[in-house]
Amino acid sequence: MSNLAWIFTSTLLVNNFTLVMFLGLCSFFGVTAKVETAWRLGLANTFVLLITAVSASFLNAYVLAKTPFLRTIAFIVVIASAVQVVEMAVKKYFPVLFRQLGIYLPLITTNCAILGLALFQTSRHYNWVEAIVFAIGAGLGLTLALSLLASIRERLEVADVPDFARKMGLVLVAASCLSMAFMGFAGMGSG
Amino acid sequence: MTAPTAAVTKQDDWVPGAPPPAPLWFDVWRGIAAENPVLVQMLGMCPTMAVTNTLANGTAMGLATLFVLVGSGLFVSLFRKHIANEVRITSYILIIATFVTLADMILAATFPEISKALGPFIPLIVANCLLLGRAEAFAAKVGPVRAVADGLGMGLGFTFSLMALSALREILGSGSVFGINIMGPRFEPWVFFVAPPGGFMALGILLLIKGWLMTRKARRAAEAKV
Repeated sequence: MSNLAWIFTSTLLVNNFTLVMFLGLCSFFGVTAKVETAWRLGLANTFVLLITAVSASFLNAYVLAKTPFLRTIAFIVVIASAVQVVEMAVKKYFPVLFRQLGIYLPLITTNCAILGLALFQTSRHYNWVEAIVFAIGAGLGLTLALSLLASIRERLEVADVPDFARKMGLVLVAASCLSMAFMGFAGMGSG
Repeated sequence: MTAPTAAVTKQDDWVPGAPPPAPLWFDVWRGIAAENPVLVQMLGMCPTMAVTNTLANGTAMGLATLFVLVGSGLFVSLFRKHIANEVRITSYILIIATFVTLADMILAATFPEISKALGPFIPLIVANCLLLGRAEAFAAKVGPVRAVADGLGMGLGFTFSLMALSALREILGSGSVFGINIMGPRFEPWVFFVAPPGGFMALGILLLIKGWLMTRKARRAAEAKV
């Protein structure tokens, strides 16, 4: 049981997917202009991560054991279909959210956090229960990182900085400080 | 910068939204400079940060991406008239995934140490938004020759930016280039730069310098006009 709790805290804080492992940076810089959209996209991502984790562990157990060279292709097809399902569901039941997320919803397909989750859970040999906990930890960690950077960026908007720093340069430096804060968790649980 | 008008490539099958005709060298040059994937378009950020802690890793990742860009560009362009609009994204992803699997196997067979160091980040090239972006915006709308030229340019631009970033991080972070110590025994390495926050910081610094140079250039040009 403590193993599951450790997987959760480890992915949420110590090895945060975005800030320490550099996964899902496109949405990290693309959709973090506003806090509201940031955490909603984070939750949509969490949902796709969950579907992917379950499908990937079944694929690993029953299909890919004898055909490991098909791994990348099989995973990406599963992810693309999962995103399609989520997109249709959100469009039908949450039309307002659908309009807010716009192009970033289909773009979840090319979010490396999703494929990264499937690949890491394979290389670490997680069973399906561990994979689900891993996915929830990763999704919440992603949501946390997105909301934190979005709130920093909202303040940066009104700050008085030189013109040339207005674009991404300063955002990256802010992300670096955020990542430094998360480095404080490094080594936790190892001894 | 505007595209030169002299058309070298034949444009017999122009489709709406296709890039304007341009000489081949310009298709290559655009990816290296004017639309550099990392420094200008900010695409493919995950590999840019994750594997640039040493120059060898950064170069290998850049070259693997170059291979996938050229291969997928060629095939997306060849099949552009046979792929139905509704399933195009899935088809592009499949083509890209095929080339990524190839790159993964070639790297594992030729440079096993680098392949081990990069780990899951080679299969993760599939999720690099640069690849899908170029397939959708360029390769699907032009002939195979131009698509390959664009893939080559974007791949070289990506490789050069990765090499610049990883050289900065390796020199400051471990005082070496390609694993060979160049800073002498008295240099105290800034471990910060090989750690994750250093990746964000190094790219942030590069972008700030670029922004400052561009602003200064624009201001001087404006002053020269007056």
